[in-house]
Amino acid sequence: MKTAHPTRKAPTAEAGKPLLVVENLAVSYGGIKALKGVSLEVRRGEIVAMIGANGAGKTTTLKTIVRLLPIATGKVVYDGKDLAAVPAEEIVGLGISLVPEGRAIFANLTVRENLEIGAWNHKNRGAMDETLEDVVRLFPRLGERMKQEGGTLSGGEQQMLAIGRALMARPSMLLLDEPSLGIAPRLVADIFEAIARVAQAGTTILLVEQNTRLALKYSMRAYVLRTGEIAMTGDSKALAENEEVRAAYLGG
Amino acid sequence: MAMKILNALITGLAQGSMIALVALGYTMVYGILKLINFAHSEVFMMGAFLGFFGITALGGKDAPLVAGVGGTLLAMFFAGLLGMLVERIAYAPLRTRGKGKANTRITPLVTALGMSVLLQNLAQLLFTAQYRGYPQLLPIEDTRKVIFISAFSVMIALQFLVHKTWMGKAMRALSVNIEAARLMGIRTSRVISITFITGSVLAALGAVLYCLDQSQVYPTMGVVIGTRAFVAAVIGGIGNIPGAMLGGLLIGIIGEMTKLTAYSGLQDVLVFTALIAVLLVKPTGLLGKASIEKV
Repeated sequence: MKTAHPTRKAPTAEAGKPLLVVENLAVSYGGIKALKGVSLEVRRGEIVAMIGANGAGKTTTLKTIVRLLPIATGKVVYDGKDLAAVPAEEIVGLGISLVPEGRAIFANLTVRENLEIGAWNHKNRGAMDETLEDVVRLFPRLGERMKQEGGTLSGGEQQMLAIGRALMARPSMLLLDEPSLGIAPRLVADIFEAIARVAQAGTTILLVEQNTRLALKYSMRAYVLRTGEIAMTGDSKALAENEEVRAAYLGG
Repeated sequence: MAMKILNALITGLAQGSMIALVALGYTMVYGILKLINFAHSEVFMMGAFLGFFGITALGGKDAPLVAGVGGTLLAMFFAGLLGMLVERIAYAPLRTRGKGKANTRITPLVTALGMSVLLQNLAQLLFTAQYRGYPQLLPIEDTRKVIFISAFSVMIALQFLVHKTWMGKAMRALSVNIEAARLMGIRTSRVISITFITGSVLAALGAVLYCLDQSQVYPTMGVVIGTRAFVAAVIGGIGNIPGAMLGGLLIGIIGEMTKLTAYSGLQDVLVFTALIAVLLVKPTGLLGKASIEKV
């Protein structure tokens, strides 16, 4: 199989080591405590899911990891480096790419320009074109729409573009915020298959998803977030069998 | 009569392209920060003064080419610096430290008004309120050609910057979503600085061209042209670069056409009538696109 990132060194040597460690993270959002001490860990090569109801703090956790929100207390450590003092625009350079909730593509830029801007830190043509080819191989639909403005794409295609744009940075770790939100069911399957392929190629993934069934199907481990705290954690298969999870998130 | 109309059209285009240069600064800053930079008209005025001093220092009438080109470049350079300083001193702290506290729309707007008053008074303090005559470097017909040609080539260069360079791509990305742009690794404060610099450099060019034609420079001159340029930006669709160019040309032509009639004093009345008419028919301006307000 063709990997998504032929030039990145294989993670096998360091597989299993924690790549991202979130320790006792607390965050306040306009006076409200959105996170009250969240701890989680993502090891190299894993797909970890974070599930939970609306407002549980999933998006807040991701936004705090990439430094778009200030940390009140606690720690975010990536690859041994404390992120507390790192500004948001330097996060991608460390190897973390976030695919934001609602996709946040640049609607007035063409598909190609959106992808190119994803490679902001790798403006060298050769490397960029190579990554671009990989992304188009992953999402052939994007290849057909290179000259179209991003805003003219369907929701599913925009999600593909948002993921493709994040991959253009050649991340070691991909954070995905609700990739299935508002997308035609037919395309949701495509998108999750693509995510699985990205993971197979060696990218570590932290996936936030309201669709619990999908999240548990595609992940190895999962955290259940409830009102700003980790309520449960474990292997995704085990959680899918868990009575409480089934009742609360899988509709019994 | 036909000849008169044609002449007015040519003068109008020259005037309009000059207004467009100033309008671009309003529209570019608005496009990215959703801020109406009222201080922009004072950067224009400062540009006119800088050009005046530069041209005089470089020999004025005795060396029209050196003085003209050199003075203009000096004015553009220092105006760019001034535009960047205004942003760094007045607006940037509101964005970073005021995040989540200050009202994100009104506070910068009032600050911009304050900067405008400050710069205008600073100019009176430094240069006194007296009107100064700009040196006549070229015959008036040639001046208009120079205005038209330089304004247009600069606008073409700007289109290239915005559509073909990485910086332009970053500017357009920022105008859609600053947070997403930061996630891509774009140093947004740098892009914002460059946007202010670009707008101010264009305004200074517009200012020197304006003065070469209208020949006077004084501390409150920014008010008249600033207002017309702002109206041009709104008519064209604020935030839209070709829109600002189109709006500028329209206003220039309307202005010159009015002068052909017995009501030349009504120039600004007509300009604002045109503004109201356009906004009634197309609230986003001629080339503006309706944008979805983010929640």
